[in-house]
Amino acid sequence: MRNFKLYLILLIVSVAVSACGGRKTVDNNIEVEPVGGTIQTDESVSTSGLGADSTVGAGLDGTIGQSANADPLSKRVIYFDYDSSVLTLEGEAIVQAHARYLNSVPGVGIILEGHADERGTREYNLALGEDRAKAVANIFQALGVSSNRIQTVSYGEERPVALSSDESAWSLNRRVEILY
Amino acid sequence: MNTLTFSILDLTQMISKLFFEFYRIVRVVIGGAVLSTCLLVSPAGAVVTIEVNKGEVAGIPIAIVPFSIEGGGSASQPADVIQTDLGLSGRFELISKDNYISSPHDLESVQYKDWRLIKAEALVVGKVINLGNDQYEIRFRLIDVFREKQLAGQKFVISSKKIRKVSHQISDAIYRQLTGKPGAFDTKIAYVEVKGQIPNARYLLQVADSDGYDPKIVLESSQPILSPAWSPDGSRLAYVSFEKKRSMVFIQNVWTGERAGVAEYEGINSAPAWSPDGKKLALTLSKDGNPEIYIYDLASDQLARLTKHTAIDTEPAWSPDGKMIAFTSGRSGAPQIYRVPSIGGAPQRLTFNGVYNAGPDYSPDGESIVVITNQGNGYKVGLYSRNDRTVRELTRSKQDESPTFSPNGDMIMYATKKGGQNVLAAVSVDGQIQQTLQFQKGSVREPAWSPFNRRL
Repeated sequence: MRNFKLYLILLIVSVAVSACGGRKTVDNNIEVEPVGGTIQTDESVSTSGLGADSTVGAGLDGTIGQSANADPLSKRVIYFDYDSSVLTLEGEAIVQAHARYLNSVPGVGIILEGHADERGTREYNLALGEDRAKAVANIFQALGVSSNRIQTVSYGEERPVALSSDESAWSLNRRVEILY
Repeated sequence: MNTLTFSILDLTQMISKLFFEFYRIVRVVIGGAVLSTCLLVSPAGAVVTIEVNKGEVAGIPIAIVPFSIEGGGSASQPADVIQTDLGLSGRFELISKDNYISSPHDLESVQYKDWRLIKAEALVVGKVINLGNDQYEIRFRLIDVFREKQLAGQKFVISSKKIRKVSHQISDAIYRQLTGKPGAFDTKIAYVEVKGQIPNARYLLQVADSDGYDPKIVLESSQPILSPAWSPDGSRLAYVSFEKKRSMVFIQNVWTGERAGVAEYEGINSAPAWSPDGKKLALTLSKDGNPEIYIYDLASDQLARLTKHTAIDTEPAWSPDGKMIAFTSGRSGAPQIYRVPSIGGAPQRLTFNGVYNAGPDYSPDGESIVVITNQGNGYKVGLYSRNDRTVRELTRSKQDESPTFSPNGDMIMYATKKGGQNVLAAVSVDGQIQQTLQFQKGSVREPAWSPFNRRL
């Protein structure tokens, strides 16, 4: 019975859709789009490539095929879990390496740029990016880097490095970038 | 063009009629929710998709006769705009022009039996008269078919570029007369369009008619623009701009373009929300540590802190009486909606169902709050009602954002993703009618529905 109901629903939907989508272009000024898309899930994947952003490209870590024991100083991006501004152990190691470096070169300043993935509201994500940048700044300060050498800025979900709508992209976008 | 539009409308109606007939037959068998989709095409070129979510639409059967265009020239057809407006509201059953037996344009020539026969309960007739020198007279009458009397009628004398606006006003008059609530068709939306790909994108803050027609750029930037918010008199927009490479809050006069920065503190400056009297802005600032809500008094330039918590507090929204601020807080471990008296006090948690509730906006009557809710199946528009104290999902999409109430409280506009594209959509407060405003190009987001229009 359940399957029969499902079949009926599919039948109705397909009738409605095929009827609606029967015409495509009627006039140059009017585009009639078949509405089949509304019934599909909206988890389509964007095929757009990443923009050339040197600061981001240089900082992406964990790339397969590269040296597994890369110097933490070469890593400039700290990743976060969903809705979290707590650093992972790996994130803390990266901050420690940069703090050691900063303590050895007085006068050099950094910008910590906080980001969030696209899910949820933009304003909450702007606040979340700020919390992430501040969390990283706090560790720098605890490790002896003075607060006047650190600037924080949040872009929320506005500056993704990966543009698809799936966990692989989201995990790359939940980040703080250390910019010298 | 007009004829073409009508033929599409007719086709649409034919299909939806057929569909509903079929639906009625099988409804007994299924007994559950059915999704149907059909198209309306607005003459402006924006394609508007209507999705009827579930159940039968018990609308008022209405016939809208194409207005006669008299005195030469090629004025646009008000009936097209009215038909689209009323169709989108979901409260009417539009009777196809094909069924009309006669085509009256004034009260005297209405043959009531012609309209009773096709089961029209309401009838709209009218004319556009070209007076020369780009002046047009528009008359309309709304007629009760069964009581054989006029319910409303008006005459306008306007220039050609106002024909569309007056058509929306006619829709508003019809809506008010037949539903008892003011229509919100002659209103504006502000939204952000993104052109090109990040990081080379351009951000355009636009203001358009509520149906997406006639967009005008009010701000263009190479950096993100967020969170436009209308002042209660509809004359100004507050928004967040990253033009100086970090978030700052600005207020801009929509008519003159004149603008001023209002929050440029260290940290984030965001989430502006106008008090109902237009004298204050609620803001989210992180200048004192982490994101907190502040009330900024525009006249005195004074800032008062409203929240104090180590978790994120943001997205303030004023209750219509100005007494309460609803906001999003992460203090329970995940974002939930709280409220606090706008003069200060202890915050009280409002939402408990759903793992994520954020981005509140009060309904104009103050009885409900629209939010983005995640109840385990994606981020959807949800409605929190004061009565049952729960959040009910209104949409089926999974990446909704930025919900905003229409000024009459009947619809909610929001941003969502459809086929990988960022689009604006609207849903009726009962969740029955969903529509997508698909702009011709670009990626659109961050809608803000204007207050009722007080300027002609």
